[in-house]
Amino acid sequence: MSSSFFLGASSVILVAVLLSLYRVVRGPSIIDRIIGVNVIGTKTIAVIVLTGHLFDRVEFFIDIALLYALINFTGTLALSRYLESKGVLVKRSGAAP
Amino acid sequence: MTAVGLVLVGGGVFFMLTGAIGLIRFPDFYTRMHAAGKCDTLGSLLVLTGLAWYGGFVLASVKLLIVALFIFVTSPTATHAIARAAKRNDLAWWTREESR
Repeated sequence: MSSSFFLGASSVILVAVLLSLYRVVRGPSIIDRIIGVNVIGTKTIAVIVLTGHLFDRVEFFIDIALLYALINFTGTLALSRYLESKGVLVKRSGAAP
Repeated sequence: MTAVGLVLVGGGVFFMLTGAIGLIRFPDFYTRMHAAGKCDTLGSLLVLTGLAWYGGFVLASVKLLIVALFIFVTSPTATHAIARAAKRNDLAWWTREESR
Protein backbone atom coordinates (compact mmCIF):
# COMPACT_ATOMS: atom_id res chain seq x y z
CA MET A 1 0.00 0.00 0.00
CA SER A 2 2.74 2.45 0.94
CA SER A 3 4.72 1.42 -2.13
CA SER A 4 1.98 2.68 -4.42
CA PHE A 5 1.76 5.83 -2.28
CA PHE A 6 5.47 6.47 -2.82
CA LEU A 7 5.01 5.85 -6.56
CA GLY A 8 2.17 8.38 -6.69
CA ALA A 9 4.19 10.92 -4.71
CA SER A 10 7.11 10.51 -7.12
CA SER A 11 4.75 11.01 -10.07
CA VAL A 12 3.36 14.24 -8.61
CA ILE A 13 6.90 15.51 -7.97
CA LEU A 14 7.78 14.68 -11.58
CA VAL A 15 4.79 16.75 -12.73
CA ALA A 16 6.16 19.62 -10.61
CA VAL A 17 9.58 19.11 -12.24
CA LEU A 18 7.97 19.40 -15.69
CA LEU A 19 6.21 22.61 -14.61
CA SER A 20 9.56 24.01 -13.44
CA LEU A 21 11.18 22.94 -16.70
CA TYR A 22 8.80 25.30 -18.49
CA ARG A 23 10.40 28.17 -16.59
CA VAL A 24 13.88 26.92 -17.47
CA VAL A 25 13.06 26.77 -21.19
CA ARG A 26 10.95 29.92 -21.47
CA GLY A 27 12.58 32.08 -18.80
CA PRO A 28 12.88 35.72 -19.83
CA SER A 29 16.25 36.22 -18.17
CA ILE A 30 19.13 33.87 -17.44
CA ILE A 31 18.57 34.15 -13.71
CA ASP A 32 15.07 32.69 -14.08
CA ARG A 33 16.68 29.65 -15.62
CA ILE A 34 19.14 29.40 -12.74
CA ILE A 35 16.43 29.35 -10.11
CA GLY A 36 14.47 26.84 -12.20
CA VAL A 37 17.47 24.53 -12.25
CA ASN A 38 17.90 24.98 -8.50
CA VAL A 39 14.25 24.06 -7.87
CA ILE A 40 14.54 21.00 -10.12
CA GLY A 41 17.65 19.86 -8.26
CA THR A 42 15.94 20.16 -4.88
CA LYS A 43 12.95 18.13 -6.17
CA THR A 44 15.32 15.52 -7.58
CA ILE A 45 16.70 14.83 -4.09
CA ALA A 46 13.20 13.95 -2.87
CA VAL A 47 12.63 11.75 -5.94
CA ILE A 48 15.92 9.90 -5.35
CA VAL A 49 15.03 9.13 -1.73
CA LEU A 50 11.50 8.02 -2.70
CA THR A 51 13.01 5.73 -5.33
CA GLY A 52 15.24 4.22 -2.66
CA HIS A 53 12.16 3.47 -0.56
CA LEU A 54 10.50 1.89 -3.59
CA PHE A 55 13.41 -0.48 -4.21
CA ASP A 56 14.17 -1.16 -0.49
CA ARG A 57 17.73 0.10 -0.98
CA VAL A 58 17.52 3.27 1.07
CA GLU A 59 21.13 3.16 2.33
CA PHE A 60 22.58 3.43 -1.16
CA PHE A 61 20.21 6.06 -2.47
CA ILE A 62 20.65 8.41 0.50
CA ASP A 63 24.37 8.79 -0.26
CA ILE A 64 23.49 9.67 -3.85
CA ALA A 65 20.94 12.20 -2.58
CA LEU A 66 23.47 13.81 -0.25
CA LEU A 67 26.01 14.08 -3.07
CA TYR A 68 23.36 15.55 -5.34
CA ALA A 69 22.46 18.15 -2.71
CA LEU A 70 26.13 19.15 -2.42
CA ILE A 71 26.56 19.48 -6.20
CA ASN A 72 23.30 21.43 -6.56
CA PHE A 73 24.22 23.92 -3.86
CA THR A 74 27.77 24.41 -5.11
CA GLY A 75 26.68 24.88 -8.72
CA THR A 76 23.98 27.40 -7.86
CA LEU A 77 26.33 29.36 -5.61
CA ALA A 78 29.08 29.41 -8.25
CA LEU A 79 26.68 30.61 -10.97
CA SER A 80 25.21 33.34 -8.80
CA ARG A 81 28.64 34.53 -7.67
CA TYR A 82 29.75 34.67 -11.29
CA LEU A 83 26.69 36.68 -12.33
CA GLU A 84 27.07 39.13 -9.44
CA SER A 85 29.55 41.32 -11.29
CA LYS A 86 27.78 44.24 -12.90
CA GLY A 87 27.22 44.16 -16.63
CA VAL A 88 27.38 40.40 -17.09
CA LEU A 89 23.67 39.83 -16.67
CA VAL A 90 21.75 42.83 -18.02
CA LYS A 91 22.23 46.40 -19.15
CA ARG A 92 21.35 49.07 -16.62
CA SER A 93 18.07 49.79 -18.39
CA GLY A 94 16.75 46.50 -17.08
CA ALA A 95 16.12 44.79 -20.40
CA ALA A 96 16.37 41.06 -20.03
CA PRO A 97 18.98 39.35 -22.22
CA MET B 1 2.36 5.08 13.22
CA THR B 2 3.33 4.92 9.55
CA ALA B 3 0.33 7.13 8.72
CA VAL B 4 2.15 10.14 10.23
CA GLY B 5 5.07 9.65 7.85
CA LEU B 6 2.78 9.27 4.87
CA VAL B 7 0.88 12.42 5.82
CA LEU B 8 4.18 14.32 6.07
CA VAL B 9 5.25 13.06 2.62
CA GLY B 10 1.88 14.07 1.16
CA GLY B 11 2.15 17.54 2.63
CA GLY B 12 5.65 17.94 1.22
CA VAL B 13 4.48 16.87 -2.24
CA PHE B 14 1.62 19.38 -2.00
CA PHE B 15 4.04 22.20 -1.16
CA MET B 16 6.36 21.21 -4.03
CA LEU B 17 3.48 21.28 -6.52
CA THR B 18 2.31 24.65 -5.18
CA GLY B 19 5.81 26.09 -5.51
CA ALA B 20 6.07 24.87 -9.12
CA ILE B 21 2.71 26.46 -10.00
CA GLY B 22 3.89 29.71 -8.40
CA LEU B 23 7.13 29.49 -10.38
CA ILE B 24 5.07 29.46 -13.57
CA ARG B 25 2.29 31.91 -12.71
CA PHE B 26 4.03 34.81 -10.98
CA PRO B 27 4.83 37.84 -13.17
CA ASP B 28 8.28 38.80 -11.94
CA PHE B 29 11.62 37.28 -11.10
CA TYR B 30 11.53 38.32 -7.45
CA THR B 31 8.01 37.02 -6.88
CA ARG B 32 8.91 33.78 -8.64
CA MET B 33 11.85 33.39 -6.29
CA HIS B 34 9.54 34.08 -3.35
CA ALA B 35 7.38 31.13 -4.41
CA ALA B 36 10.21 28.82 -5.38
CA GLY B 37 12.55 29.31 -2.43
CA LYS B 38 10.15 28.90 0.46
CA CYS B 39 7.85 26.23 -0.97
CA ASP B 40 10.78 24.15 -2.17
CA THR B 41 12.61 24.29 1.16
CA LEU B 42 9.51 23.35 3.17
CA GLY B 43 8.45 20.66 0.69
CA SER B 44 11.75 18.81 0.62
CA LEU B 45 12.07 19.16 4.39
CA LEU B 46 8.61 17.61 4.91
CA VAL B 47 9.28 14.76 2.45
CA LEU B 48 12.62 13.84 4.01
CA THR B 49 11.31 14.08 7.59
CA GLY B 50 8.28 11.95 6.69
CA LEU B 51 10.48 9.28 5.11
CA ALA B 52 12.73 9.30 8.18
CA TRP B 53 9.65 8.81 10.39
CA TYR B 54 8.46 6.03 8.11
CA GLY B 55 11.79 4.21 8.32
CA GLY B 56 11.95 4.12 12.10
CA PHE B 57 15.08 4.09 14.27
CA VAL B 58 17.73 2.95 11.79
CA LEU B 59 20.88 4.50 10.42
CA ALA B 60 19.15 5.47 7.17
CA SER B 61 16.74 7.71 9.08
CA VAL B 62 19.65 9.53 10.73
CA LYS B 63 21.19 10.07 7.29
CA LEU B 64 17.84 11.34 6.00
CA LEU B 65 17.65 13.85 8.84
CA ILE B 66 21.21 14.95 8.04
CA VAL B 67 20.21 15.52 4.39
CA ALA B 68 17.13 17.45 5.59
CA LEU B 69 19.28 19.63 7.85
CA PHE B 70 21.69 20.27 4.97
CA ILE B 71 18.86 21.35 2.66
CA PHE B 72 17.38 23.48 5.44
CA VAL B 73 20.67 25.39 5.65
CA THR B 74 21.73 25.54 2.00
CA SER B 75 18.49 26.17 0.09
CA PRO B 76 17.79 29.62 1.60
CA THR B 77 21.47 30.44 1.16
CA ALA B 78 21.31 29.65 -2.56
CA THR B 79 18.10 31.68 -2.93
CA HIS B 80 19.74 34.59 -1.12
CA ALA B 81 22.79 34.43 -3.40
CA ILE B 82 20.63 34.45 -6.55
CA ALA B 83 18.57 37.36 -5.22
CA ARG B 84 21.74 39.34 -4.48
CA ALA B 85 23.03 38.63 -8.00
CA ALA B 86 19.75 39.93 -9.42
CA LYS B 87 19.77 43.05 -7.25
CA ARG B 88 23.36 43.98 -8.02
CA ASN B 89 22.57 43.78 -11.74
CA ASP B 90 19.57 46.13 -11.34
CA LEU B 91 17.09 43.65 -12.71
CA ALA B 92 13.76 45.37 -13.33
CA TRP B 93 10.90 44.38 -11.08
CA TRP B 94 7.19 44.16 -11.71
CA THR B 95 4.92 47.13 -11.10
CA ARG B 96 1.17 47.36 -11.35
CA GLU B 97 1.24 49.62 -14.42
CA GLU B 98 3.09 47.04 -16.50
CA SER B 99 0.45 44.37 -15.97
CA ARG B 100 -1.22 43.11 -19.10
